[in-house]
Amino acid sequence: MAILLQQLINGLAIGAVYALIALGYTMVYGVLKFINFAHGDVYMVGAVIGYALAVPLVHAGAPVGVTLLIIFLGAMLGCATLGFFIELLCYRPLRKRPRLVALITAIGVSLLLENLFQNPAVFGANPRTMPHLFDIKPVISFHVGSSPDPVTINNLDLITLSLCLVLMTGLTWFVLKTRTGLALRAVSFRFDTASLMGINTDWVISVTFMLGSALAAVAGVVDAMRYHVEPLMGLSQGIKAFVAAVLGGIGSIPGAVLGGLIMGLVETLLKGYLPSAYSGYSDAAAFFVLILILLIRPTGLLGKPIAEKV
Amino acid sequence: MLAKAIRFVCYSTLLLVASLAISGCKKPPVQSNEILIGEYGSLTGSTAVFGQGTHKGIMLAVDEVNAAGGLLGKPVRVITEDDEGNQDEAVSVVKKLIDLDGVIGVLGEVASTRSLAGGGVCEDEHVPMISPSSTNPDVTKDRKYVFRVCFTDDFQGSVGAQFAVKQGWKKVAVLSSANSDYSKKLSYFFTQTFSQSGQIAAAETYNDGDTDFAPQLTGIRAAAPDAVYLPGYYTEIDLILKQARDLGITCPFFGGDGWDGVTLDKTSEGCYFTNHYSPEDPRPSVQTFIKSYEAKYNGEVPDAFGITGYDAANVMFDAIKRANSTDREAITAAIASTTNFPGAGGSITIDANHNAKKPICILEITGGKTHLADTIQPQ
Repeated sequence: MAILLQQLINGLAIGAVYALIALGYTMVYGVLKFINFAHGDVYMVGAVIGYALAVPLVHAGAPVGVTLLIIFLGAMLGCATLGFFIELLCYRPLRKRPRLVALITAIGVSLLLENLFQNPAVFGANPRTMPHLFDIKPVISFHVGSSPDPVTINNLDLITLSLCLVLMTGLTWFVLKTRTGLALRAVSFRFDTASLMGINTDWVISVTFMLGSALAAVAGVVDAMRYHVEPLMGLSQGIKAFVAAVLGGIGSIPGAVLGGLIMGLVETLLKGYLPSAYSGYSDAAAFFVLILILLIRPTGLLGKPIAEKV
Repeated sequence: MLAKAIRFVCYSTLLLVASLAISGCKKPPVQSNEILIGEYGSLTGSTAVFGQGTHKGIMLAVDEVNAAGGLLGKPVRVITEDDEGNQDEAVSVVKKLIDLDGVIGVLGEVASTRSLAGGGVCEDEHVPMISPSSTNPDVTKDRKYVFRVCFTDDFQGSVGAQFAVKQGWKKVAVLSSANSDYSKKLSYFFTQTFSQSGQIAAAETYNDGDTDFAPQLTGIRAAAPDAVYLPGYYTEIDLILKQARDLGITCPFFGGDGWDGVTLDKTSEGCYFTNHYSPEDPRPSVQTFIKSYEAKYNGEVPDAFGITGYDAANVMFDAIKRANSTDREAITAAIASTTNFPGAGGSITIDANHNAKKPICILEITGGKTHLADTIQPQ
């Protein structure tokens, strides 16, 4: 029982990161109906910016709180700018072309970012570890049943989960309560009509990219602290987050969060409970779960059913 | 109709001839006024330490042989290719070294999975290859052209198990990589020996490239082992140790030569690993090697891959000298008959299985440094 609880906590912590990345996929899909495959690499750039800011700050002996604030805000700002320019330079000129063209371009942008950061002059292919910011230690620890090991939630897990919750709440507020949010919903509902109603669709799309990229940056910095930073880190995280977005119903914001958390839980439980000879296959099994869910609910868990045009 | 049939036959014959011509051509070595040797290794990527160390060792050997007048009256030149720690890339760079550069012999790799991949190419193209430090027995098994100058995992795994017994560890958990030929074989041989006298408390697996190990470590923590056997590579080991300590697993971890490159800090304090070499080894051959390495690389202390790379290159040079030709078959035969070659890491005799027998060093991590805890001689 204690082990199961601990595994659920482990799963929620990694699921929260998937959720943060999945939000970016789902928002872009919501307005443009295309998958931004470069999003996983924006997450990687967030981790790199966090690392690049943390090194001099820790070296200079800045207080932990200030360092954390600067690396999170810096990475968010940096990635929002990156997202803005990716959309402006790569996707906007192709807006009137078939969606497939933008999709292929997204893959191109993804490869460009990955290879650019593998260049030693930019970052290099070797993984680097974030400088030590704070001790990761259990903040909540309790015993369940007769198990000698306590169930623990450490400070980094807690930070990840609360960041995910706060940002998702903030995003929901933004989409539902602000004028830009209203415009965003209008564009997502019907692109051409929204622009006829005087909505600056280009600006709305830019905002969508900047928001999604800033959220990915948060995920990147969290993972940089938890694991390490390397140019291909966005590859598997990006695919898993994309799957999470589809699982939750692509285009739906609560769906992305739900999908992310489910992906994290399924992956962790499979790793923890599959017989050891098979636990290396947990990723494959997680994707199998996706196929199952999509067979039953093709639009994802919280996706709107598509009315068939006859 | 007939014309169509004739055209079909003509085209398919052409295609067949072309494909035969491509697959059947064994490109001879380029006639050159240099002795060209190819090297492939992970100069970048998650196992960059392996490739970098090996490369430095090989270049030291090249400097020395050229200072002594080269081989067969010609200077030696090593062409180095980076496989980025990727097995597909390993196949294509070995092909490039053989087909485009026309090297007469190949040195590489460290990771067994990549040596298996690159070795397959060398075997097909009949080019001798020496792996400096791949330990999986399958790397040289049933291969005519592939050799190694280090011990194999059956020896390394059983030494690890005997060490665990000697430490008084009764319950040991094993955490190995499911997609690494090295990790799979090493954990297999360890388990085989250790389960005769102790208990395997838990056996978990991960994949190379994974970053989150909390699920497996939670299972291991529940099994409450005396120690954890971790036969992996240093990038994953760094992450595993960090996450294990965060989860409150305090017992020692130990593993094999893939640990060389691990971050020496408080998470790895009190851990052990078996390796090809220790800088504290008092043997004169080792100390002479360290001196020349430090002289070439501004006082940098070599790691195990430096010394195995150095030995692999020297065994290749010695074979070329004894073969007295640049013929690949003659060099292959000369490598196979290497007997009592005075390598820096010990005397090298290539046996019938194309392996060398070398002693194993057991290293302990204390105070942010590795120390030689024991040396085990091969039987």
